[in-house]
Amino acid sequence: MFGISALDLARAQFGFTVAFHILFPAFSIGLAAYLAVLEGVWLKTGRQVYLDLYRYWLKIFAIGFAMGVVSGITMSYEFGTNWSRFAQKAGPVLGPMLSYEVLTAFFLEAGFLGVMLFGMNRVGRRLHFAASCMVSTGTLISMSWILASNSWMQTPAGYTIDKATGRFLPADWLRIIFNPSFPFRLVHMGLAAFLCVAFAVGAVGAFHLLRDRRAGRAPTEPVRVMFSMAMWMAAIVAPMQILAGDTQGLNTLQYQPAKIAAMEGDWESRGRAPEILFGIPNMRTERTDYRIEIPFAGSLILTHSLDGKVPGLKQFAPRDRPYAPIVFFTFRIMVGLGMLMFALGLFSLYARWRGSFYSNRWLHRFALAMAPSGFVALLCGWMTTEIGRQPFTVYGLLRTTDSVSPIALPGIATSMLVFVVVYFVVFGAGLLIILRMMAREPEIGETGPDPRQPTRAAGQHPGPAQGQPDGMGGHALPAE
Amino acid sequence: MTPEHLLPILSAGFVAFTVLAYITLDGFDLGIGILFGLERGSQDRDVMVSTVAPVWDGNETWLILGGSALYGVFPVAYGTILPALYPLVIAMLLALIFRGVAFEFRFRAEGPRSRFAWDMSFLAGSTLAAMTQGMILGALIQGIRIRDNQYAGGWFDWLTGFSVFCGLSVVVGYALLGACWLVWRTEGELQSRARRHARVLAAMTLGLIVVVSLWTPTLQLHYLRHWNVWPRILYVAPVPILVAALAALFWRSINDERSHLMPLLCALGWFFLCFTGLGISLWPWIVPPSIDLWQASSPPASQVFFLVGAAVLTPIVVGYSAYSYWVFRGKIGKETHYH
Repeated sequence: MFGISALDLARAQFGFTVAFHILFPAFSIGLAAYLAVLEGVWLKTGRQVYLDLYRYWLKIFAIGFAMGVVSGITMSYEFGTNWSRFAQKAGPVLGPMLSYEVLTAFFLEAGFLGVMLFGMNRVGRRLHFAASCMVSTGTLISMSWILASNSWMQTPAGYTIDKATGRFLPADWLRIIFNPSFPFRLVHMGLAAFLCVAFAVGAVGAFHLLRDRRAGRAPTEPVRVMFSMAMWMAAIVAPMQILAGDTQGLNTLQYQPAKIAAMEGDWESRGRAPEILFGIPNMRTERTDYRIEIPFAGSLILTHSLDGKVPGLKQFAPRDRPYAPIVFFTFRIMVGLGMLMFALGLFSLYARWRGSFYSNRWLHRFALAMAPSGFVALLCGWMTTEIGRQPFTVYGLLRTTDSVSPIALPGIATSMLVFVVVYFVVFGAGLLIILRMMAREPEIGETGPDPRQPTRAAGQHPGPAQGQPDGMGGHALPAE
Repeated sequence: MTPEHLLPILSAGFVAFTVLAYITLDGFDLGIGILFGLERGSQDRDVMVSTVAPVWDGNETWLILGGSALYGVFPVAYGTILPALYPLVIAMLLALIFRGVAFEFRFRAEGPRSRFAWDMSFLAGSTLAAMTQGMILGALIQGIRIRDNQYAGGWFDWLTGFSVFCGLSVVVGYALLGACWLVWRTEGELQSRARRHARVLAAMTLGLIVVVSLWTPTLQLHYLRHWNVWPRILYVAPVPILVAALAALFWRSINDERSHLMPLLCALGWFFLCFTGLGISLWPWIVPPSIDLWQASSPPASQVFFLVGAAVLTPIVVGYSAYSYWVFRGKIGKETHYH
């Protein structure tokens, strides 16, 4: 059917559902850490503004977290529905790691999320803060396990292969978990999650600064504080991320040279390689057309020396090459956004120094435009590394064609269609709800989520953690 | 007994525990969604959702654990059951997405129409999730065609009268759990109506249990071998007897206004017993009628790593999950909403 195989659709469906899913955990990882910091600072300083910000972002966190949970359940079953042969061969290695993720992270998050969202007037302040920290810790542990699994598929280690069944048998769990690319990937992804949230929070702050200015009123304290915190993160984390990306590139050069060749879009292996800024890699003619390049830069960036040898795609048999045109562009979008993030960080420092941090409209417009930059960069980076791993699921060992389930094309096409429709409806609605919440300015004494409904909490037992008479009024909704 | 023999049995025990935990915990909160079909009042619906809002995430996590455990310790089962039941599994996942987000979205909905739409998503998502879970169970019991450790059947093998019947049974059973949960956690008129629902649903559930129990052995005669052979019958006889005993206890407590928790415990007891009975019938298959525990299992290195983690971490998980339930204990009235 139209030259599309069941394998293509299995990949498209899996890629589509993971792409949606990955956004929510990234948002949760960054936001949970931000919330824990806000509550901690509130406990330490007692300043109302931090509690207001905590409540404001907590409501948004609840929505994002729920979407992360439900889109994640899909993932834990899709390995079997779409990749049953992969699951049978790699399950002995990857399955237990996924179980550890559930047991050490998902339950931790889910168990304390209830307390975090609804428990402020049921437990003490410190215990509530502990719950926030637990949720944040859970998101970080979860990220570690899933990246250990993913990294193992990229740079497998600590296994033997059973000759009879072709199964991967675990030999050394420490080497499996701490496989060669894991530490680099973990740092890169963790910083990416923090950047996603830093630029989202910064954009919400910038949006309200711009709107307040147009309306001729002074921005509230929560708006100024959130914008300032976000811009500090941008200024500090964006350069760290560029360094982290560079080291991961070096690691990839060592273990997955074909991926590097596809990212670079270069066909010949050579020293003094140029860096191709733009071009269109052509898999058929084995050339990159319309190229614009900087001499020597490729070797310099990847090997940190002028004469360093950079691999080209021709070094690999055609059947072992990843599809370069996609990898080439997703990589460039990611890097370009990283540079823009870095630029915004510098701009914010300059504006602080000039004393125009809260009044410089160009700074605020720039920050607003960068709202989705973290998420777009994250997706592009993820596509670069996953498509760059092709044509293998377990790099160099198990081909994608030998991983797919024996599922017929019409079935998988139908489910693909349903997934697309449902995801756009459900997560589109979720995004709208989140954007509507973000469009509302955080108030001093932040309480109810819904201005139509007066907040009250008469039925709740006042507890020690109440910052205000109506406590977590943000979540107390009256009977209509 | 060699480790190769023992480890899969321990792992199977843990997977069974996980599935049971999921069915009982998510059972009542899916049941609450199903009961949206009977309870139309928006205040009552808010109360119903509020009783489970702080804990539903954790309940659903058991489903993820079940999936990942199968993946890790019984990869052959994971890699054959899921492709065989592909449409059912996908439908269940999509249903869970709708009802999961509806939890949050319905409280943020602007205007009655959007609110109505998310209430319907909650009702339809919960019902479809229960239905597909029952059908997955039914399709597994009736058997899956396998060749060379891969699914070898057709696209609609799972669709039979038996699997549909199992699906409906689970919808009714979950609704019963939901009604009993509301008897425990609510008060006033909502609680009285929940008692009425529970009575009807319990009668239906018992009838369905009897039919499924009689129908199952006709699918694979092998299932009978633990139930009709003297003296093995002595070991399994307590199952039906306990179901009947719990029925007596249920009817006494559901009619007693002072009894709040007992109906729920009885309903959970039925689920436990049915699950046990099913385990006895299926043993030692994991994908009837061709793959047993040992054929499906991953190598000992995977099983040991998994079991050590499960043994150490599960008590901790159960501990803080119980703490979370305890924090949100007590009756939920119209006054106490968590949104």
